[in-house]
Amino acid sequence: MSDHDSPQGTAWIWKIFWLLLAITTIEVVLGIVKPEILLTSLAGTSILNLLFIGLTLVKAAYIVQYFMHLKYEVDSLRYSIYLPVIILIPYLTFILIFEGQNIFEF
Amino acid sequence: MKKNTNTNVWGGGNEPMKSEYGKMMMWFFLISDALTFSGFLTAYAFVRFRFEMQWPVAEDVFTHFPGLQGEQPLLYVAFMTFVLIMSSVTMVLAVNAGHQLRKTATAWWMVATILGGAIFVSSQAWEWYHFIIGDKGGVELSSSQVLKVADLEGEVLSLSQVVNGMENGHKANHELIFSDEEVFSSIRLNNNLVLQNPGKDHMPLTREATLRALNGAHVVQGANMIHNEYGKQQFANFFFFITGFHGFHVFSGVVLNIMVFYNVMLGTYDRRKSYGMVEKIGLYWHFVDLVWVFVFTFFYLV
Repeated sequence: MSDHDSPQGTAWIWKIFWLLLAITTIEVVLGIVKPEILLTSLAGTSILNLLFIGLTLVKAAYIVQYFMHLKYEVDSLRYSIYLPVIILIPYLTFILIFEGQNIFEF
Repeated sequence: MKKNTNTNVWGGGNEPMKSEYGKMMMWFFLISDALTFSGFLTAYAFVRFRFEMQWPVAEDVFTHFPGLQGEQPLLYVAFMTFVLIMSSVTMVLAVNAGHQLRKTATAWWMVATILGGAIFVSSQAWEWYHFIIGDKGGVELSSSQVLKVADLEGEVLSLSQVVNGMENGHKANHELIFSDEEVFSSIRLNNNLVLQNPGKDHMPLTREATLRALNGAHVVQGANMIHNEYGKQQFANFFFFITGFHGFHVFSGVVLNIMVFYNVMLGTYDRRKSYGMVEKIGLYWHFVDLVWVFVFTFFYLV
């Protein structure tokens, strides 16, 4: 097993659970309240939306790194998983959102 | 798992990824699945950008919570998210217990995970039911654009409120079906009613434009693959497709979890001296949670 340095016990699992729960709660509260100050537009969308996407990526990182244990795998396995996803998904997202805007203006 | 005793590199003694074959293949499957879901979500973003004006705002669509009156935007999906995160935690605990070869603990955490998955799938069924049956109803113009009925303050009214008046509107249940004639004559008679766009800015039509728009229009109640009372048709199609595809993943996950649980009980993994299967199904289960995190953000929050 390659996980000799992975955390022991179950305390770390609950720590990450509380963290994920806290982030979700923040997202839901922001989604219901929608503070006026965060609705100013930035980079083609609102600060609030960027905040949502940022928090989502943090949540995703914690799930992948700790729950899916990827942080403790060897580098060759980690990068063969990270790289395709990190390169292809932002690329696809960029292309489609860019085109969607152009078609809207058209 | 039988350890490879051959240390010769060409004899298969080399393990560059230090991972079991099945686990590695689960990872590569998850990558392809991640790309599939990102294809769906980016396609959603593309169509949404194109039809910004007519795209329903999720908080106006998903407003019910079982047992609670009135509008509770986001509360129900928040509950569903909580259930899925919780079941992810019980899954980690199952994997953790499996590593220590503790059969009973693994089995109990598997049961908790299966229950969480079942609660999630049934919650989704409940949400689909309410989405399909409809909430306030809408008016589909001859141009196939869907608009909501609102008063001059911009408050969206349900068709029941339009036909039966504000006071009696709430008594009616969601199953009531209204004819075009009933709704349109009420709109024509009441000078305070206009049609408004479902999109973010809620752009209303003028009273004259409203009356003109009613020619050739139809009442829509509920949503399916052909009509959608909440706004742009594609919103309903994407909703069914993306949450449906994700829900089917959860359902498959529950079935696979039950199979692994069964094998835990039979003692299969005890005899193998390895709970690797629990770990593999755990990866799939966390992935399902991961996808939901993104669906939650892009469908309900943004």
